[in-house]
Amino acid sequence: MSRYGLRFAALAYLAMLLLVPLGMVFWRTFEHGFWPAFHAVTAPDARSALWLTVLIALIVVPLNTIFGVVCALAIVRGRFPGKGIVNAVVDLPLALSPVVVGLALLLLYGRLGWLGPWLGSHGIKIIYALPGMVLATIFVSLPFVVREVVPVLREIGTEQEQAAATLGASRFQIFRRVTLPAIRWGVAYGVVLTTARALGEFGAVSVVSGHIAGKTETMTQYVQAQYEGFNTSGAYAASVVLALLAVITLLAMTLFRRKEET
Amino acid sequence: MGIAVRDVSKRFGKFTALEAVSVDVPSGSLTALLGPSGSGKSTLLRVIAGLERPDTGEVILDGENVTGRPPQRRGVGFVFQHYAAFRHMTVYENVAFGLRVRRHPRREIRERVEELLHLVQLEGLAKRYPAQLSGGQRQRMGLARALAVDPSVLLLDEPFGALDARVRKELRRWLRRLHDETHTTTLIVTHDQEEAMDVADQIVLMNHGRVEQAGGPRDLYEEPANEFVMGFVGPVNRIGEAFIRPHDVELLLEPAGDCQEAMVERLVHLGFEVRVELVRGDGEQLSVQISRDEAERLELERGQIVYVRPLRQRVF
Repeated sequence: MSRYGLRFAALAYLAMLLLVPLGMVFWRTFEHGFWPAFHAVTAPDARSALWLTVLIALIVVPLNTIFGVVCALAIVRGRFPGKGIVNAVVDLPLALSPVVVGLALLLLYGRLGWLGPWLGSHGIKIIYALPGMVLATIFVSLPFVVREVVPVLREIGTEQEQAAATLGASRFQIFRRVTLPAIRWGVAYGVVLTTARALGEFGAVSVVSGHIAGKTETMTQYVQAQYEGFNTSGAYAASVVLALLAVITLLAMTLFRRKEET
Repeated sequence: MGIAVRDVSKRFGKFTALEAVSVDVPSGSLTALLGPSGSGKSTLLRVIAGLERPDTGEVILDGENVTGRPPQRRGVGFVFQHYAAFRHMTVYENVAFGLRVRRHPRREIRERVEELLHLVQLEGLAKRYPAQLSGGQRQRMGLARALAVDPSVLLLDEPFGALDARVRKELRRWLRRLHDETHTTTLIVTHDQEEAMDVADQIVLMNHGRVEQAGGPRDLYEEPANEFVMGFVGPVNRIGEAFIRPHDVELLLEPAGDCQEAMVERLVHLGFEVRVELVRGDGEQLSVQISRDEAERLELERGQIVYVRPLRQRVF
């Protein structure tokens, strides 16, 4: 009996905190049918926000994937002084509040920042523009691929790579034909997490974006702006789009987890 | 000379794995690197393969000094204790790997892989993944993979160590037959003296990073260079300063000449032979091996007093 009680409590907790609020968003979005919601998310500013969000993810995810794999290889296989520090620094974005990240970028690249004057005189705009938003997103989604790949690399060990070397494979061939296939599900899972983080990022990007509707407004910021402008239906509809993207990544995650186990 | 190792030393931090080791492996021979764990035998094998860089010394393969060369350009086949199978590749792809990275034509690869799979008796399993194979099958795949690139020397690191006793014996015989057909210079690392004696033409016995003795199985058994060799290649008794093999002892019911008194503590029937465990007057244990007929003739039983006379003994 107490076992069922415990299960019920856990499920109720999940439902109250996750499913009911999310359900509310869906319900309010489609309160007046499908078409009002559709028109809300196809409004020019909404489309631009969605495109910007996707564009940032398209830039950030490949970069962090490559960096993540290289960094994981260095952490697991490398022998260099300061390895422990690298290992710890990779986790920094998980511990640091995104707002602080945004502020740090502002202090470095902003008009009054360290590199600001030089960048300004060369006509390079980072803050309140795409580069700054990309930098912010890279920062906050940095650890995921590394954290997923490191344990897989530890687990597979170096024997397969040594075997490939004695069989005449070059370092690149070893990486492409042995190491990469062995870690592929770890990489895939890391990519999914990175994507989810990049799509949903709010705090860090918010500080450096400047919130120019139709220009530097991402999906999350569009939701906030619509809500604050009392256009609740637009806010709900955009939230649903973000939620759907999350569901897709969640499905991908479960799929990869299962593959990894086999 | 197939493999020549000259004064190779290797340290890992404070641990000396190899200390001025020199070994000669004749071309076309099957040589065993024997020794207890931590004796440096696996490190030596890895140095020969180029997987480990020696601190000093040289490795010469087929007359060429390869000390500075990476494993890719040494022409060695390496078989790992835990198979090191490419888990995401089928048996066929595993065996074909070395040929594929060398960009051999596809048809040639297929012919060669099929030939090798036949040789290691895995023809029907080409499409399986390593996870679907037994340990013995995986190791045969590992061997086929290593042989695919026609290595000038074949190096096996405790290849049967992870297998159960029966499969181990089977594979050992099979490796010997394979070697008799191909005559590839082969060096096999093992900690099992019976395995070394069974399979090898020549044994290099190592201990604490040094070579204790090298020679034929018979030389090591009959003419051990020191106490360690004598004890490692077979069971041994010690009486005072002398070392005696259990089968080099005669048991008598009456004292005669130079003999010692002992009491039968246990009789172990091993089939053709009987092991008699004795305890001497001074409390020292003694193990003697006699034939079944001999044991019956003496009518041995527990608690009986017998007289022990060494037939052959060795003092170092």
